[in-house]
Amino acid sequence: MLGTLYFREKGQITVAASAIRPTLEHLRGKGFDALMSVHGVDYHPDEPRLGVHYELLDMGALDRLTVKVRVPLADPHVPSVTPDWPTANHQEREIYDMFGVLFDGHPDLRRILMPEDYEGHPQRRDFPIGGEPVMFTIDESDGRSYVK
Amino acid sequence: MEESITMAPLEKLGTNELDQELLTLNMGPHHPATHGVLRLLVTLDGEIVRDLKPIIGYVHTGIEKTAEDKSYWKVIPVVERMDYLAYYFNAMAFCGATETLLEVEVPPRAQYLRVIHMELNRIMSHLVWLGTSALDLGAMSMFWYCFREREIILDLFEQSSGQRMHTRYFQVGGVAEDIPPGWAEKCREFTAVMPERVDQYNDLLANNEIVLQRLRGVCPLAESELLKLGVTGPLLRAAGNPWDLRKAMPYSSYDHFDFKIPVGTEGDNWDRFAVRVQEMKESVKIIDQALDGLPGGAWITDDRKVALPPRHELATSMEALIHHFKLVTEGFRVPPGEVYFPIESPRGELACFVRSDGSSKPARVHMRDPSFVNLQATAPMTEGSYIADLIATLAMLDPVLGGIDR
Amino acid sequence: MAVKREKLVAPDGSDLSSASEDFRIRQLRSRDMLRGDLEGADLEQYMQERVLTTTMDKAVAWARSNALFPATFGLACCAIEMMSIVAARVDVARFGFEAFRASPRQADLLILSGRVSIKMAPVVRRIYDQMLEPKWAIAMGACSSSMGVFNNYAIVPADKFMPVDVHVPGCPPRPEALMHGILKLRKMIQEDPDMGWREGYGARGTEEVVPSDEPQDNAINVFRGGNTAA
Repeated sequence: MLGTLYFREKGQITVAASAIRPTLEHLRGKGFDALMSVHGVDYHPDEPRLGVHYELLDMGALDRLTVKVRVPLADPHVPSVTPDWPTANHQEREIYDMFGVLFDGHPDLRRILMPEDYEGHPQRRDFPIGGEPVMFTIDESDGRSYVK
Repeated sequence: MEESITMAPLEKLGTNELDQELLTLNMGPHHPATHGVLRLLVTLDGEIVRDLKPIIGYVHTGIEKTAEDKSYWKVIPVVERMDYLAYYFNAMAFCGATETLLEVEVPPRAQYLRVIHMELNRIMSHLVWLGTSALDLGAMSMFWYCFREREIILDLFEQSSGQRMHTRYFQVGGVAEDIPPGWAEKCREFTAVMPERVDQYNDLLANNEIVLQRLRGVCPLAESELLKLGVTGPLLRAAGNPWDLRKAMPYSSYDHFDFKIPVGTEGDNWDRFAVRVQEMKESVKIIDQALDGLPGGAWITDDRKVALPPRHELATSMEALIHHFKLVTEGFRVPPGEVYFPIESPRGELACFVRSDGSSKPARVHMRDPSFVNLQATAPMTEGSYIADLIATLAMLDPVLGGIDR
Repeated sequence: MAVKREKLVAPDGSDLSSASEDFRIRQLRSRDMLRGDLEGADLEQYMQERVLTTTMDKAVAWARSNALFPATFGLACCAIEMMSIVAARVDVARFGFEAFRASPRQADLLILSGRVSIKMAPVVRRIYDQMLEPKWAIAMGACSSSMGVFNNYAIVPADKFMPVDVHVPGCPPRPEALMHGILKLRKMIQEDPDMGWREGYGARGTEEVVPSDEPQDNAINVFRGGNTAA
């Protein structure tokens, strides 16, 4: 356990990456039996840079809890919780695709939203947003176009 | 190509001991029945589905990345276009998260107006679902009936906000404008007519032999499996679990209204169908109660640091002008923090995670989309059923690819 | 049973018997024409009165424009508004375009309704190539025409990889706006069916783009390397 925070009437705890599976099992024993969301955050320029958040829900006691894990870019390995919580399958793949966090023990870690051979992890803060210059009619008469 | 397809062990079918191969079929992304650009790699044994792998990302728009680049109120139109049938819900999740971070109070009239618009959107989303699902099953005329009602709802949206879809009506702190005079009466005309129209749809489909055979007992999935897969919304309610965030953890004055949660018993396709049809009727009840109790007052928060001041103040008050200028050019600053705001969308739990670093642009916006998580349930549901059942199950699952791919 | 016969009288009181005589005269002239008995000036007058002459191109263009088969190609939010034009309020069946074909081989109009993501662009191009000439494309909405609301890494404007005939602005465009766009396309087909402007895109003919080694200066060759999104 690395830290706790009670923010806007909801609890958030931060744990080390290696401890995430036992933590979630322990919380499941406490009644938080539904993992609602697994999502990634890029804390650039704060270190450790990549974060993974697990949103837990206790349907019986109507309570929510956030578990946060932070890993540096140099060693972005987090144990995968997919064997215990099958809902995290696609969600962890999305975090891998968008941030580059490697989940150890995930049955099928591939890109899910970007094309399979895409290079780069788009959701990181230092990835350029990209885009095309918008072409107006005057651009066409000037000879610029999307094609040539 | 996909290498990681799990081959299910083959059962001997009947007395025929021919060596049977499994065929991998690619459905989509361009397919008339996949509700958007969803690609399915289906491993078939004859016509029986043995395994299913959905491949998504064909309408990935980088909404979350775009949202980091814009000030908070400009994120609302971007985020609205995520789950494109439930646009008010996307906006509500984001506005709710931002309001939680800002700790602004949403006035009661705005809360009621939000509820009315969200329930109208829920009915509209279910109507589109019903029309397109019936189309998938082959009952084509439902499409035209459902879209007839949808046009009435879109007229209401156009009257209140100026735009049929993606209306940018919900703003941080309330709603953008008050409803015009006469809107409430038009809305009541609609709610007076809608329950009998839902009965008409039931008459058309619910006793139809073909619909019954295609939906009853087809592709059930146990509630425990659904909970493990994180499935929420009508799918979970069809399996018997009455989990609905509007009742369990109410937001935006939902606790002021009296409505029931339709719950199924077996969790098969028929229950998913019936639950959604009944939800339309319950939404009509909520709208009626909200219109009856619509309080007067402001429709957006008075906090000038968050909401634009009314235009007539700009001529007289210097602070109003300064606030207007700051809000339009830079936007309001949100105190640093991280917030997760869940609501009940027509497809399940839709939540918005906003991380703010103190500036006027969000540092991370993540929408937890229900269809993205519900899609993982397709494979367990359809194992061992026919392709036609797969199509029917996809229809009953109600995936909206905009939300899945974001 | 007694039957009362009455002479038909026109609303303004005049006798209609002259109308029946005119009809009889026209009948006899048609009979003469069919027998080959009409000659010279009579025949000319008959042709002017009765027969619609046009060039073959115009007739074919008229037929093509009034019988477009759109392909079911809904990508995102604009697809819902495209479904609205099939619905009863803005009824595309009035114009004959309600036969949305699922197979691109049978369709001749591709309505790109929605945002084209970078993963989907090769698929769209392949479907466009599978359509048979003559084929048209409408880029519906802001996202497919230009980048729309989302100017970022994940979207491709349709002009980059396929020729588009009509761009319909809006986010999403109202069904009436899309209808206006389709009718504009219909007018374009009727009046100006020459599609030589597509040379710029390298998009004549129905052949699939062959992967070649030299860099193409036309639209993106999405089949370079012979690989599409796996």
